Amino acid sequence: MIQVHNLVKKFGDFTAVNNISFTVEAGEIFAFLGPNGAGKTTTIKMLTTLLHPTSGKIELDGLDPTIHQYQARRTFGIVFQDPSLDSEQTAYENMELHAVLYKVSRKVRAERIEQLLKRFELWERRDDYVKTFSGGMKRRLEIARGFLHTPKILFLDEPTLGLDPQTRNQLWTHVKHLNETQKTTVFLTTHYMDEADRVAHRIAIIDHGGIVAQGTSQQLKQQTGSESLEQAFLALTGSSIRDESATSADQMRQVAKMWSPRR
Amino acid sequence: MSAIYILWLRELKRYVRSRAQIVASLGQPLLYLLVLGFGLGPVFQKAGNGSYLQFVAPGVISMTILFSATFSGIAMLWDRQFGFLKETLVAPVPRIEVMIGRTLGGATVALIQGTLILIACLLAGFRPAHLSLFPLAFLMMGLIAIVFAALGTAFGSILQDMQGFQLIMNFMVLPIFFLSGALFPLANLPRPLAIITRLDPLTYGVDALRGVLINASHFGFALDTSLLCAIAMAFLALGGYLFSRIQL
Ligand SMILES: Nc1ncnc2c1ncn2[C@@H]1O[C@H](COP(=O)(O)OP(=O)(O)O)[C@@H](O)[C@H]1O
Ligand SMILES: [Mg+2]
Repeated sequence: MIQVHNLVKKFGDFTAVNNISFTVEAGEIFAFLGPNGAGKTTTIKMLTTLLHPTSGKIELDGLDPTIHQYQARRTFGIVFQDPSLDSEQTAYENMELHAVLYKVSRKVRAERIEQLLKRFELWERRDDYVKTFSGGMKRRLEIARGFLHTPKILFLDEPTLGLDPQTRNQLWTHVKHLNETQKTTVFLTTHYMDEADRVAHRIAIIDHGGIVAQGTSQQLKQQTGSESLEQAFLALTGSSIRDESATSADQMRQVAKMWSPRR
Repeated sequence: MSAIYILWLRELKRYVRSRAQIVASLGQPLLYLLVLGFGLGPVFQKAGNGSYLQFVAPGVISMTILFSATFSGIAMLWDRQFGFLKETLVAPVPRIEVMIGRTLGGATVALIQGTLILIACLLAGFRPAHLSLFPLAFLMMGLIAIVFAALGTAFGSILQDMQGFQLIMNFMVLPIFFLSGALFPLANLPRPLAIITRLDPLTYGVDALRGVLINASHFGFALDTSLLCAIAMAFLALGGYLFSRIQL
């Protein structure tokens, strides 16, 4: 369902994604596990037509998203790592806008929205502007919105970041349910080993833009002689801490980009 | 089509909901109208050009539309920074539809702003030559709105941060306004200025509006409208192209 060959993304002379290859079968739940700044989000952006790869080949359901952008977008849904809500609209309006963009038929729209807002405990607040929501509520709304339509492929970029355990549980239950009943292919990234261990059929561990290992949780543990996935992860990526926030060099680059004629 | 509609509607909702911004954005044109309209009136009259208020009203209306329309396009910067732009860019909708929805939304808002200023002009004593040409005036205002909303979308598609926003406002939008003949007659200009004004798209908008409202067109209605239509097409194409190439 997803095929990636020798994918590379460079920002200037910095290589964020370095020659990665992997395949995700239809109906599979595939997890990208990696420290901050490993290149997970950059990979997802290339898969979802937000970024052009520097080189390499991608196929989504047989389509090249760099060429058949629109057709490729019809195959997937995505929950972003960063906020993507319209804070000047209400929770309900955000859901409605999404439903229209994703062509959820008018008949089921209202029912679906109600169901999801209730499940993620936002129904009482449906007519409040998103800008009045707490961080956790916004996150829940992003996730509820992501489940509004049932795509062939679902991308989840650190979906549980900042969620309470209850919602986290809801989320994974729902993802598993979709995967079992609709055969939805799921590509997720997470920081939490236990989650990857619990839901993912296969896991790829990515560090410094490269895939350092992939396989089932069992295989990864065997490969590193570890008891738990966490140990396997640390064995593969080392234990130094990575800083996620953009460095001042990154910000300078942003400014410089504005002045340069080509990016 | 429904995607275009829902994104158009969003722009309108944002406008209606930000009352403070509505008032703020009407303040500047009102200042121009009242201060210039009444302040320069006597000089203008002495020079034998008639009422300056009559003359400047179409200019101030055009200016309102110019600012409002380009601003709404450039405001895409906020959607980029707060993340909502992503949501629309990965949706299973051709990007051109997303672009058109946003642009028409911005143009509609600008048309409403222009209409409010037109009403203010009428209250201040502005008297159009032919009331029967009012519908045509709206058509012209709409055309100006589309031209600059599309230009705004083009700018918004390439802008990455606030510095760029300031640059565009100061070095594109203000010159477009001042060099358009919104504030001065196009007849008997020094040659360099005459050439520059002819390169400014807003010139033809102001002139067309003057033609319909006070019967004082410099280039003639046919030339103004056909040029405006052509420019609108060109800017829409440019905006659509740049929007389709956005990477985040
Ligand atoms: N637009 C960009 N310009 C420059 N560097 C970037 C850009 N986007 C991401 N990066 C850099 O690429 C690396 C990978 O980022 P990302 O894919 O977001 O990591 P992850 O999602 O795994 O935490 C980071 O070092 C980040 O700073
Ligand atoms: Mg990330």
